[in-house]
Amino acid sequence: MDSLLKLHDCTIRFGGLTAVASFSMEICKRELVGLIGPNGAGKTTVFNMVTGVYRPTEGDVFLAGERLNGLKPYAITGKGIARTFQNIRLFNSLTVFDNVRAAFNLHIKHGPSHALTRGKAFLKEESDIEKRTLELLKIFNLDRLREAMCKSLPYGDQRRLEIVRALATQPKLLLLDEPAAGMTPTEKSNLMRLIEFVQETFDISVLLVEHDMRVVMGICKRIYVLDHGVKIAEGPPEKIRKDPKVIEAYLGETEVEGEGRNSANAETPNGER
Amino acid sequence: MDRLIEILQQLVNGVSLGSIYALIALGYTMVYGVLRFINFAHGDVYMLGAYAGYLLAPLFAHIFKFGEFDTFTPENTLFILSGAGLIMILSMAICAVIGVLIERIAYRPLRERPRLNVLITAIGVSLFLQNMTQYRLGANPKAFPQLIPVHVVEGLGNLTVLTSQLAIIISTIILLIVLRFIVMKTKIGLAMRALSLNPTACSIMGVNNDVVISFTFALGSALAAAAGILVSMDSPSINPLMGNLPGIKAFVAAVLGGIGNIPGAALGGLIIGILETLVIAIGFPQWRDGIAFAVLIVILLFKPTGILGRVEREKV
Amino acid sequence: MSRGPLSLILALAVCLVVSLFGENFIASKFAYYYDILITIGINIILATSLNLVNGYTGQFSLGHAGFMAIGAYASASWSNHLDPIILGMLGGPGNPLATNVGLFVSMFFAGILAAIAGFGVGVPSLRLKGDYLAIVTLGFGEIIRVAILNTDFLGASRRLSVTGSYTTLFWTYGSVVLCIYVVLGLVHSTYGRGFVTVRDDEVAADAMGINTTKYKVLAFVIASFFAGIAGALYAHFKAFLTPEGFNFFRSVDVVVIVILGGMGSTVGVTVAAVLLTILPEALRALAHTQFVPPAYQGLLENRLILYSLLLIVLMLTRPQGLFGDRGASRKRLSRSRGD
Repeated sequence: MDSLLKLHDCTIRFGGLTAVASFSMEICKRELVGLIGPNGAGKTTVFNMVTGVYRPTEGDVFLAGERLNGLKPYAITGKGIARTFQNIRLFNSLTVFDNVRAAFNLHIKHGPSHALTRGKAFLKEESDIEKRTLELLKIFNLDRLREAMCKSLPYGDQRRLEIVRALATQPKLLLLDEPAAGMTPTEKSNLMRLIEFVQETFDISVLLVEHDMRVVMGICKRIYVLDHGVKIAEGPPEKIRKDPKVIEAYLGETEVEGEGRNSANAETPNGER
Repeated sequence: MDRLIEILQQLVNGVSLGSIYALIALGYTMVYGVLRFINFAHGDVYMLGAYAGYLLAPLFAHIFKFGEFDTFTPENTLFILSGAGLIMILSMAICAVIGVLIERIAYRPLRERPRLNVLITAIGVSLFLQNMTQYRLGANPKAFPQLIPVHVVEGLGNLTVLTSQLAIIISTIILLIVLRFIVMKTKIGLAMRALSLNPTACSIMGVNNDVVISFTFALGSALAAAAGILVSMDSPSINPLMGNLPGIKAFVAAVLGGIGNIPGAALGGLIIGILETLVIAIGFPQWRDGIAFAVLIVILLFKPTGILGRVEREKV
Repeated sequence: MSRGPLSLILALAVCLVVSLFGENFIASKFAYYYDILITIGINIILATSLNLVNGYTGQFSLGHAGFMAIGAYASASWSNHLDPIILGMLGGPGNPLATNVGLFVSMFFAGILAAIAGFGVGVPSLRLKGDYLAIVTLGFGEIIRVAILNTDFLGASRRLSVTGSYTTLFWTYGSVVLCIYVVLGLVHSTYGRGFVTVRDDEVAADAMGINTTKYKVLAFVIASFFAGIAGALYAHFKAFLTPEGFNFFRSVDVVVIVILGGMGSTVGVTVAAVLLTILPEALRALAHTQFVPPAYQGLLENRLILYSLLLIVLMLTRPQGLFGDRGASRKRLSRSRGD
């Protein structure tokens, strides 16, 4: 399988604190990969490193062989990596339609001057973008809501919209940051199907950061496990499920929290609480 | 030797000027610390302090015989200082109340709203205070009554230090000490510090955030009022717009020291005061106001957290 | 030609016709209203251009008067020194073609210079957020004013008189039409949606591939250009300039209009500009009628007290202004297909 994203011995230090140490990861084309770990393991840090919010203190990030270190987030999106956010970040004063349309900016050929002269080429491109936006919305059943304001959408629809918006940037790799947060079990099942659908239909790779074990184990082909900034395991779900280091990382966490059964993330990899 | 005197002279001038800026800057920095908000109207509280003194002094004039003394003597010093001190304390109290009222009426209702809204409100309050004062008391400069005799301090040789400058410096030192005591050693001071670090945790821990915020405004306004009185002793012409320039310079001072950082505000004030004095001394008096803006721009572009400030990362 | 540019040309033509036939008539018979009309036009340009930065892009600039000052003084200097030459080449000061060309060139120079200044100020400043940006733009505005104050050949603290051509209704409202066209045309395109994303959520905009800095600087430069144009129009209208006319209060004047109109609504801001230009005059007239007791006359005439109260009340009760940022204009015009 072709390699798409490659993290090579990446380390991030903030002052004296090492958030992530010598982390290596590889994602191939059309792969659905998961990144899990107890709270504070460094998952979001890795995430932010791939998307350019943080620059690796050491190590390299490659996308299809091209080094991404130091590029600004918008440039990295330009290279083909899109993301969603843990706390949904939609453009609240724009309609559903415009939220997606705005994300097409990356690939438009016209600039501000064309918007003023309004020549034929400009009008055609605008028309194309409108069509493609509508198509995207239709695929995800959001087209009838296209004039609605995002805040009026139910939570699940907002999450879906965020994913659609990210897809409008035509990524090769989609990063999902805890998309199942705050969802009911039914919604989570729908989400799992949605992610698989996206991955197949758009022929892209997906990196999923998620706390919910059922979701991760259910759809990811391979999983990386982080604990205290260090990779402690990697492999297919069956292997991760049984890995003693992984179990300890999670059980250790529940012990520290005392009433392990009651803590929100007290779930061993095979889904037992 | 002459050079040394010259340098010392400018230093004294700079520290005196800087003390005024420091007192005003403290108000900006404390309010920013607890509310993450720049109180645009703060400079006008300084102006109101001066006007409070202007209006109060005649009421106590024949008790304390303002303006009747020519020099300080060992016999009259205590008497003069208590008169001036009373006016200052009264003015500080009045402005403390004004500060609390402003917060209560104009800022508190907007606490949950985007910060831009309250910034605009602050501009509105500032304009209102200035223009209302102008309307009721006239736009022309008024003569501030002489609370203490102003003359060169004896015994310093060629060094020309005015009694008013000495008063400014000593009063500022005293006020800074009192402030440090309040912030470091009292419960409410602890609450202020905690609030600047984490407001949510504070209210969960049983702190009444509103009371602490009001107190912070009161404290900052009192210091600004003190500055207004002190500066008017030195330069007795007051006008409704006098808060504008010192206000923005004091704000620069607060940013220079690290906004939200109390020692930083004092340090920043001193630096700005000394810089401004230097600019005048080396022969460019027309740029005295511009230097503060230049410092502002340099600081914001190169080290926005200021000399003593902390970096705050936005969580993604 | 598509609908957009066509409407622009049409509107400009209307302005030209009105000005050609009505200018002198209005200017002489209705001098007072003529002055107000020109002032309204200038304020609309200032407010709609600032709205691009403060409203659509969400960057709070408090230094707009500084760029207006640059435009005013640049245009004044240009006209004072170069007009004799230009007018001479084109047939002398009596020749209307000559004066109009002279004014146009002067205005254009002013706009370009102000835009360059906007770039110079914008690039370093727009890295800052919220309060800090407001303060630093205020600082730049003041530095510009102080610099002019200390520059002898710009008249320093004395009045600088402006000779040469005079502002006409055509140039004023032609510029108004152009400014509105640029702002609306830009914002209502896919490219233009980028401005609003910067306002709504910069981090998300960044993640969607939008170069937020580029948008902020572009908005700032365009706004500065038109502020410069407004300054030039002002200079050739009043025929004299002082640095005091471009201080912080002038910036606040414009900001109040933008807030009253509703940040992000060009229609709203235009209406607000008209209202707030007329309001002081109306109040002044009202103050002298028998309805108002003499004690309150001064209060009504004091524009700034009313402005400040207006600001405070607006923020407390209706911060989205008259037209909000979900203005009718936005929904109706969000299709950019030219239909």
